[in-house]
Amino acid sequence: MSATGAVLPPKNRPAATGDRPVDRRRGSTLLRHLAVVLVVGLLLVAVSYTVEPFRNFQLATVAAYLCATAGLTVLTGLNGQLSLGHGALMATGAYTVALCQNAFADRGMTGGWLLPLSLGAAIVSTVAVGAVVGVAAARLRGPYLAGVTLAVAVVVPALAVTFDGVFNGEQGLSVPVEPPPLALGPYFPYERWQLWVTGAATLLAMLLLANLIRSRYGRTFRAVRDDEVAARLAGIHVARTQVLAFVVSAATAGLGGALLAVLAQSVSPGAFSLTLSLFLLMAVVIGGLGRLTGALWGAVLLVALPDLTHSLTELLTLSPAVAQRLEGNLPLAIFGLTLIVVMIAAPGGVQGLLSRLGRALSARWSARRS
Amino acid sequence: MDRFVFLTVDGLSRGAVYAAFALALVLIWRAARVVNFAQGAMAVAAAYVAYSVSAATGSYWLGFGVAIVAGLLLGAVVDRVVMRHVDHASPLNPVIVALGLVLLIQAVLGMVYGNEFRPAEAPFGRSALTVGGVAVLSPYDLFVFATIGVVVSGLAWMFARTPVGLRMRAAAFAPEVSRLLGVNVGGMLTLGWALASGVGALAAMLVIPTELGLHPHAMDLVFVSAFTAAVVGGLDSPPGAVVGGLVVGLLLSYVSGYAGSDLTPLAVLVLLLAVLLVRPGGLFAPVAARRV
Repeated sequence: MSATGAVLPPKNRPAATGDRPVDRRRGSTLLRHLAVVLVVGLLLVAVSYTVEPFRNFQLATVAAYLCATAGLTVLTGLNGQLSLGHGALMATGAYTVALCQNAFADRGMTGGWLLPLSLGAAIVSTVAVGAVVGVAAARLRGPYLAGVTLAVAVVVPALAVTFDGVFNGEQGLSVPVEPPPLALGPYFPYERWQLWVTGAATLLAMLLLANLIRSRYGRTFRAVRDDEVAARLAGIHVARTQVLAFVVSAATAGLGGALLAVLAQSVSPGAFSLTLSLFLLMAVVIGGLGRLTGALWGAVLLVALPDLTHSLTELLTLSPAVAQRLEGNLPLAIFGLTLIVVMIAAPGGVQGLLSRLGRALSARWSARRS
Repeated sequence: MDRFVFLTVDGLSRGAVYAAFALALVLIWRAARVVNFAQGAMAVAAAYVAYSVSAATGSYWLGFGVAIVAGLLLGAVVDRVVMRHVDHASPLNPVIVALGLVLLIQAVLGMVYGNEFRPAEAPFGRSALTVGGVAVLSPYDLFVFATIGVVVSGLAWMFARTPVGLRMRAAAFAPEVSRLLGVNVGGMLTLGWALASGVGALAAMLVIPTELGLHPHAMDLVFVSAFTAAVVGGLDSPPGAVVGGLVVGLLLSYVSGYAGSDLTPLAVLVLLLAVLLVRPGGLFAPVAARRV
């Protein structure tokens, strides 16, 4: 079964054995990715000093969402498994971080190494949940898989209310996070520190994902997506590959949720509703399935669109009641409509359009030169 | 024992609604090979239309009728305007488009009516009548059983006995051959969507007064339960959907009665996973060779 085959435009549909022809001149994949990550990291630091604190916070939120959308891209775009449950996986990571940070704070422990430890715990717990769902998912196809993951997305936030002794019900938990280290100076803005922390974690995750995609494992992911029977004949263990893809995807989603919790300094079931899971899927599809850059566009959209509609509704003079209704719902409506239009008219998403544009330009350029 | 009887009747009443909703899912799955994830949102939209009509005219029954007509129309519009144009080569595409519809419909409802619960009135009393000292059935339960019974037998009669039903089955079973024989396959598909959406709207009208009230997300959990019911019975089997709906309704009623209502979503998930892992085709599916 070629699950996402038709989601990608046929022109860029990669062959099962690899994305692009191997280009020896470009050197080691790891070195190239490391260079990109370094450049982006330096850029982020530079940007964090030039823009206002609120923009820093928004960039940090983009970074947190990027973890989740990139994980979903690996799962849906590269491995062809649809998940509507990534919001629930993010919730798992977020609640783990909250519980860890609270436990550390209760015991009076301080230190810079606590946050990475909590993030690590969040990843471990999400991997465990992801492995359970993944084992079930590997046996399911198409609408059945969508239905199960939908049930996960609806049920997991409800669990926070069921076991309110641990998770404190609808109220949620607060996440105590330490202020930036004193070595950075007494007046170091907190938002800049947030951007540094989430940016570093996200870049590390992106580096690992980018290498994974270009590795043997990435190729087996795509092989399973394009033709399960052919992949099996080529000696690939299909179920194991699907579980692995789910676990990797869950780990990044958990990290994304944990980072969001650290940013907001609180977690509550309302923040991880079914809508969030649908949002992630929308973001990935609109951005462009199957490419990490598509996940980046999706993450940017997730943060920018509510902001844009907010400023739009402020331009119009509306009664407070109407404005309040539009506030939460207009981005949803725009997202839903865009998703339908993108799926019908431009299945490659934003990144697909951009690369088509890029190819057209370069073709014209080379035609003019020759 | 009293409690058991009460929970059983309550479960069957809830199960009847799940059965109708699952039947709507099965109708579309058989006609178009699409699981309509937007079914819940479409049904809520129809229920909101009924709410407006009832509020304006003061008549519950006018609203009830309008909801079903709105459901029929919405189904036809969704098929003609959206689903017809989706590339069905990958099973993911219609699912993703349906989820886009969910977001769009719920957001529009939220913009028009606001994201708060609105009280939904029931046409009959919901306090149970006592038979020999045991509280058994409420008039509303009777109304639910009667309505669902009429709809299910009406659909069964239509598909088995009428020329339109025959054409619809033919169009789903062998579209190319039916087209050659003069069946309007596209029209039958639209009719299937309209019927399914109408049944969904009816189920929403019946279930919403028994829950917290009218809300853009009111049918989310009902959809998950009905999907589970459809899977329990097998997505291809209309009788399976009815039995599956009753099974899920009973299970949820017992879980919420004996273990706490907080645990019902978890029970749905466990049942869904168990059925899919043990018998993915559903309890009523014949053994099928795997398609390659």
